[in-house]
Amino acid sequence: MTFDQITLISPQIVLSIGIMAVLLLGILWKNPEAARKYTALISILFLLFTVLVSIAMHKTGDISNLLRFDTFTRFFLLFALCCAVLTIILASQSREISARRFPEFTALLLTIVIGISLMAAAEDLLMAYLAMEMVSLSSYILTGFKKTHRISHEAALKYVIFGGVASGIMVFGMSLLYGLAGTTSFSGIAKIFLDSGSVVNAGSETVILLATIVALIMVFTGIFFKIAAVPFHMWCPDVYQGAPTPFTGFLSVAPKAAGFAFMLRFVSILLPQANEELKTALLAILGLISAATMTLGNFTAINQMNVKRLLAYSSIAHAGYLLMGVTVLDQVGFNAVVLYLAIYLFMNLGAFAVVQIVADTLGSEDISAFRGLGYRMPLAAVSLGVFLFSLAGIPPLAGFIGKFYLFAALIKEGGFWYILLAMIGILNSVVALFYYTRILKEMYLRGLEIESPLQLNWVHSGILTVAMAAMIFLGLYWEPLSKLVSTAVGTLSLL
Amino acid sequence: MMESTILTWIIFLPLIAIPIILAVPEEKKRAIRLIATLASALPLLLGIYLLIIFDSSNTGIQFQHHFIWIRSFNIEYFVGVDGLSILLVFLTALITFIAAIASWGIDRKIRGYFSLFLLLETGMLGTFCALDFFLFYVFWEVMLLPMYFLIGIWGGPRKEYAAIKFFLYTLFGSLLMLVALLALYFNSNPTTLIDGTPAEHTFNIVKLIQENDFSTAAPLLGFEFTKIIFVLLFIGFAIKIPMVPFHTWLPDAHVEAPTPISVILAGILLKMGGYGILRINFGILPEATIWAAPAMALLGGISIVYAAFVCMAQKDLKKLIAYSSVSHMGFVLLGMAAFTNQGITGAVLQMWTHGLISPMLFLLAGVIYDRAHHREIDGFGGLAYQMPEYTGVLGLAFMASLGLPGLAGFISEILVFLGAFPVYRVITIFSALTLIITAAYYLWALQRMFLGKLNDKYSNLPDLTWRERFTLYPLGVLIVILGIYPIPTLNLITTTLVSMIQNFRV
Repeated sequence: MTFDQITLISPQIVLSIGIMAVLLLGILWKNPEAARKYTALISILFLLFTVLVSIAMHKTGDISNLLRFDTFTRFFLLFALCCAVLTIILASQSREISARRFPEFTALLLTIVIGISLMAAAEDLLMAYLAMEMVSLSSYILTGFKKTHRISHEAALKYVIFGGVASGIMVFGMSLLYGLAGTTSFSGIAKIFLDSGSVVNAGSETVILLATIVALIMVFTGIFFKIAAVPFHMWCPDVYQGAPTPFTGFLSVAPKAAGFAFMLRFVSILLPQANEELKTALLAILGLISAATMTLGNFTAINQMNVKRLLAYSSIAHAGYLLMGVTVLDQVGFNAVVLYLAIYLFMNLGAFAVVQIVADTLGSEDISAFRGLGYRMPLAAVSLGVFLFSLAGIPPLAGFIGKFYLFAALIKEGGFWYILLAMIGILNSVVALFYYTRILKEMYLRGLEIESPLQLNWVHSGILTVAMAAMIFLGLYWEPLSKLVSTAVGTLSLL
Repeated sequence: MMESTILTWIIFLPLIAIPIILAVPEEKKRAIRLIATLASALPLLLGIYLLIIFDSSNTGIQFQHHFIWIRSFNIEYFVGVDGLSILLVFLTALITFIAAIASWGIDRKIRGYFSLFLLLETGMLGTFCALDFFLFYVFWEVMLLPMYFLIGIWGGPRKEYAAIKFFLYTLFGSLLMLVALLALYFNSNPTTLIDGTPAEHTFNIVKLIQENDFSTAAPLLGFEFTKIIFVLLFIGFAIKIPMVPFHTWLPDAHVEAPTPISVILAGILLKMGGYGILRINFGILPEATIWAAPAMALLGGISIVYAAFVCMAQKDLKKLIAYSSVSHMGFVLLGMAAFTNQGITGAVLQMWTHGLISPMLFLLAGVIYDRAHHREIDGFGGLAYQMPEYTGVLGLAFMASLGLPGLAGFISEILVFLGAFPVYRVITIFSALTLIITAAYYLWALQRMFLGKLNDKYSNLPDLTWRERFTLYPLGVLIVILGIYPIPTLNLITTTLVSMIQNFRV
């Protein structure tokens, strides 16, 4: 490994040192509250330092054709870092995570960050699989982090079983692809379609095509599991409900983004070489899953009584919206996906932050706990309103911009199926608004008579204000973000 | 063309007042009300100034403010007014100001109330001024949020149902509009942005009208492009008008909304549908408009006749007025579908006169509700003895609404009939005959509420207060003036409208 290659992975190295530092330092403080405070501080400093490192030492390059470091990778690294900072701040205030075990929580969270950055960088199936398992394993542990809660254990177990099956299917698909291509690198796999005509006798193209499609579906199964797309979404509501709320927020955003990063890079390398049949097959699968995911997610969310479960189904629906952008299979569509993810980060984490605050103060995650919140905790309620309207895609909030870009990508592509998918997406948005307003109704339209204000500490106020400001600002002026995103996506080797 | 920031000031002045209101403690109710009223008075003053300096012989866009907003998507900030929108901008400023005064009666959570109220005003003014389709859409949607809360928090017993129904209905319509907006964008010709840089596509409504012909665009979902886009846009706007059969949200929203919000809903929000059809459908898709005109006339006619009959059966005064709005907005559709000078002028004038009359009716319904705490038409009787002034003003509003010659409603309705008769004889005859029904339900209501024996329960109801006079009389005076001498108003709009439909004549 040359020095150049080491500079490429310097952010990951810094993070690894951070993990060890957090674990060691966590033991030093005898007082658990002090340990919580200082590990939070130190881990945030490490994360910010990683941000600096990744910007200052930024270079483009490969490591042994396994990992590719470019603007796209860096974008998702920064994305995960941003997520982690917000999550650690929220977790440090949470009652669900005991102070004594906080360093452990932080260390595990940082390993997920590393895993996510590697998932975005992977250009080899093996590497991608390892990175994904890194994310998954830490996620399993963190889901079951509340040792004394049955529901948390159940969630973790479900997650492990589902995750195990999904990654098993994925590895099997990868082995099939290896058999077809003789290599596990993305670019090697892309060549299957180039050589198929010449190597074997005529007539076998169809067989190879079919085999490739089956293998690809299996690989995608792993990704669909990660992003919680139908029909691999069953774990999602239980896990979201059972996991400690700060981690639920993280789980609903960061691993999902990593799944999309992996998918985008994989598809973007596969695509230029692929023949029409394969493209059509890919499109049909992605389109179908997209439509099914958003419809099922939205319609199931309508009847949820627990806000965390409601947001879980909403995040399933959002995976469906995001997949719409992937189906376009070009730069415009991918831009829309990544832009939406960046916006989704703030609105979803923000929404979960409010849920955490309410659950910690009132001891309940049910919608009824939110009654009159608008008059008891104005800032929290206003910001939740902003996040929910943003998730529903109402201008002038950022979520609308995200949806606008997704629909724009579909309509630009034209064609019967794309317009149909856009129409399905639009009908879904109306349904989504209905269940988001159930929470708003509880917060504002009811409980006007409740006159007992609740306290909000400055950390929470700060985080909510920042996320809310981001939603409004990005909804009014998103030019810088869209530039950033298109540079990141531009480094993918699309046609 | 001359740049001017006056419209930007009109649009955003109410928005600027919101932080000021939020900074005042909730207890200082008087201060909050004063600030809010002042914040809605300023756009009105600027609006009057706008009317004075508006050049009615110019058919182009005036007072435009134009710069690039999001370069990477060719989105511009572009506002301006022409003969089509000038009256509606003024109407919005006027009605909002009156509604702000009427809102002094609101007593709960008034900081939140006035903040949302002013946000709503910004959205409405922006919609009428925006000439970039994206900007138009943003303003259009911005109105939904405050409206949901204004109905949902300060509304009547079934407020939750009414608020969500309004929200979902309108959102559905506007999302269809979003599809149409994007499809139009991606099929538009290359052009330049305001600073001269080339742009592949455009959202600029003026350019979409002048430089594009969508009749050759590829079909969408198997339908002819212009036709499906027309239908998508039309449904979005028809829900707002509201046209039968998309009108069912309106009675609920009106009945549950607090009085000032009903005033705004009837006075301004309904006009957006008509305005949208004229600005977007007529402008950008002329051929599809000709194709759809008979259907528009028929649907307009059905709205007129059906809603009038529904009015006959109403027991709640507010519901009666709400359905009469549906009926009267049908005239707008009928008038514009005729493509005659009188027809289209009548349609726009009808929006303006209905924008004066229906707020007055809702204010009057609010007056009686504040005193008696119910609005059952049959629950009163003989009020004329107890509240003579109220009876007089209400009589004037009823007469104006049923189209009595000499009052504003008559002018616009007669223009619509004159314009539509040569083109759609049967529909026009039925619509004109409906005026009898209209007269019947108004007069019957008048009789039941004000004549006969005074209900003893109400023997001590006070007559109009000064605040109520202040909201009612300006509207009444305008209605009378407009009914006797409508020429100045007509001059403002005729030139633009006539040039707009020149190409539509068959």
